[in-house]
Amino acid sequence: MPKFAVIVFPGTNCDFETVEAIKKAGGKAERIWYKESLKDFDGVVLPGGFSYADYLRGGAISARAEIMEEVKELAKEGKPVLGICNGFQILTEVKLLPGALRPNKIPRFLCKWVYLRVVDTETAFTGFYKEGEVIKMPIAHAEGNYYANNLSKVRIAFQYSNENGEIIEDANPNGSLLNIAGISNENGNVLGMMPHPERASDRWLGSEDGLRVFKSMVKYAKR
Amino acid sequence: MKYKAKIIVRLEEGLNDPEGRVIGKALKNLGYKIADLKVPKYFEVVFESENPEKDVEEMCRRLLANPVIHTYEYQIEPLGE
Repeated sequence: MPKFAVIVFPGTNCDFETVEAIKKAGGKAERIWYKESLKDFDGVVLPGGFSYADYLRGGAISARAEIMEEVKELAKEGKPVLGICNGFQILTEVKLLPGALRPNKIPRFLCKWVYLRVVDTETAFTGFYKEGEVIKMPIAHAEGNYYANNLSKVRIAFQYSNENGEIIEDANPNGSLLNIAGISNENGNVLGMMPHPERASDRWLGSEDGLRVFKSMVKYAKR
Repeated sequence: MKYKAKIIVRLEEGLNDPEGRVIGKALKNLGYKIADLKVPKYFEVVFESENPEKDVEEMCRRLLANPVIHTYEYQIEPLGE
């Protein structure tokens, strides 16, 4: 059974539910304090929260922690690396993913359910979805406005859409370019997303559409 | 040698600055004719270095600014031994 590290920085707050979601998806998971080592793991999840109180920019300080060198190594080896919310911000700050996450267009904290359209089913985290499928997950962020100066290099995984899967401005909660909610690296083994799949991993949470992110990741790590 | 760097990090021209927009609106509410308002970040860094220009340039590139969305400028003054 593949084993995943869920990295905890000071201020991370979605670590426990992320561990639970991975277990439910059939993997092993352990919370790893950022000063520990990533030896013997088959993949890494950078969970959501407010590491270092979002000082400077969301994820900016965590991105310079020593453990991120090990995360880069793992990513280079082709192992799955998933960043959720604050984790997505960290992955762009360390340049494992292109672009940047800027303050929301309307400058306030957004906490609500959104619909996403699955664009790319070839990544390590989207294998269990159908292309064009519309799924429901919550977002909770103040800096989720995706920006890149060269979109041709961006591999889009999820876009904010309406319930019918239409990519329209009204369905864009934060001003992201092209309604981008999640992207992967060229290789598909590193993915960042602002919505929280772990908060949509059981029916009694309001949706279990997010569970397949973890199921896909577990299956990918078993290859 | 000890130095002090005064560093300003700005959002790239043309990028929307939501905080600046909101503060500008509040100033408008106070009766001022605000055409534009930006909120750059300002840092004062006291440090020791053999090569201050190179170090400050690196500090900006590696952490203080995000080159995807920011530009930066700085002044460095010597503080003596």
